[in-house]
Amino acid sequence: MGKNGQMVMTCAHAARTAAGAGLFSCHSCSLLVRRPSMTGRVTVRCPRCGARLHLRKPNSITRSWALLIAALIFYIPANLFPVTITSYLGSIQADTIMSGVIFFMQTGSWGIALIIFVASIVVPIAKLIVLGGLLISVQRRSRWRPAERTRLYRITELVGRWSMLDVFVVTVLVALVRLGYLTTIQAGVGVVYFAAVVVITMIAAMTFDPRLIWDVLEKNDESNAH
Amino acid sequence: MMMSRRCLVAMTQTLIACHGCDLLHRVRPLPEKSKARCSRCGTLLYVHSPETVNRTLALAITGLVFLVIANLFPFLSLESQGTVLETTLITGTIILSQQSMAGPAILVLLTSMLIPGLLLGALVYVLWAIKRGYRLPAGRRLFRLALTLRPWSMTEVFLLGILVSVVKLAKMAAIIPGTALFAFLALVFVLAAINAFMDPRAIWEKMDKWS
Repeated sequence: MGKNGQMVMTCAHAARTAAGAGLFSCHSCSLLVRRPSMTGRVTVRCPRCGARLHLRKPNSITRSWALLIAALIFYIPANLFPVTITSYLGSIQADTIMSGVIFFMQTGSWGIALIIFVASIVVPIAKLIVLGGLLISVQRRSRWRPAERTRLYRITELVGRWSMLDVFVVTVLVALVRLGYLTTIQAGVGVVYFAAVVVITMIAAMTFDPRLIWDVLEKNDESNAH
Repeated sequence: MMMSRRCLVAMTQTLIACHGCDLLHRVRPLPEKSKARCSRCGTLLYVHSPETVNRTLALAITGLVFLVIANLFPFLSLESQGTVLETTLITGTIILSQQSMAGPAILVLLTSMLIPGLLLGALVYVLWAIKRGYRLPAGRRLFRLALTLRPWSMTEVFLLGILVSVVKLAKMAAIIPGTALFAFLALVFVLAAINAFMDPRAIWEKMDKWS
């Protein structure tokens, strides 16, 4: 029982990282599993929780870029098309995300305007820029401030969910203001694109592997198979 | 070559790799309610939360009760021109799907109800089994599912969305909060407490003893 543990410990003295020591670190349960000597295209599963094991998330850079570009494309119709269509006494008003923010500003609800502006405009754009920047820095094998870049990634991963705010607002509005009354609010097609942006950027952030930021700093680079 | 689970237990208790930068760390016992962060990049490594099984189980059961209440009672009511329109938690989803917005409708249903429910249900199943010493099937798989689902449970964002909508409609009509809204508010706090009190590492180690 102690044997395995001891062997890992000695490996750890030589290499500072799990990948350098030939160990898979399970992304789901954090178990360290020795990489089998036969390296092929076989998928190795975590003996404890059953998750697929990889030294690094597979094709992390390519997949993140693909998702990022998809999110960027969806972001355009998300902002151009209306998210709500309000009909009041026969007059119809279509609101985009930005015109919703302006509405709150004009009615004096600065706090709410700021919340929506940050959640729907600032966070998605900042996410796209930060993830894009991180991907470029990893591809250029940058050694610049890895700890700060890792923290930036962690924040990006945490705040992404708050962009769902506008989707929920539209849901509550259409539920509360329905047919049969003078005013009706309908969901606009912009919501579909916006929801897609939020989901795709969340997956893009999950697909990026922050360990790639650090791999360039390891001496035994060749052992860090991607 | 498969390693036995006993050897694996020995390994996990000695070393952990940072999820942020892959640096290996020796696991040391922590003082109560403290967190271990990576010495190189600052990513959270593990926490020590006392009584994690009991507390998380109690919270998960409480959360399920609130989730049921939140679905049984009226959520928000809108009073305008002498008529009252009642909605429930699921109304928004139904209206969206009627307006051919199936995608957002499914997303809202998942992130505000189904995923929190599945998460809590999985936790109750796994933790109850650990507490009772039963070895129930698919326990590990379900706990992994619960951990994977965590970022997709967005009840707190939904709550903020309700606040924004109420402010938007405040000038047009009177909004009356229902029982379900308070249950949902409580659910948000319960889920936050689970995130704070759950120590997945300790729970994995308890499940290692099953075999």
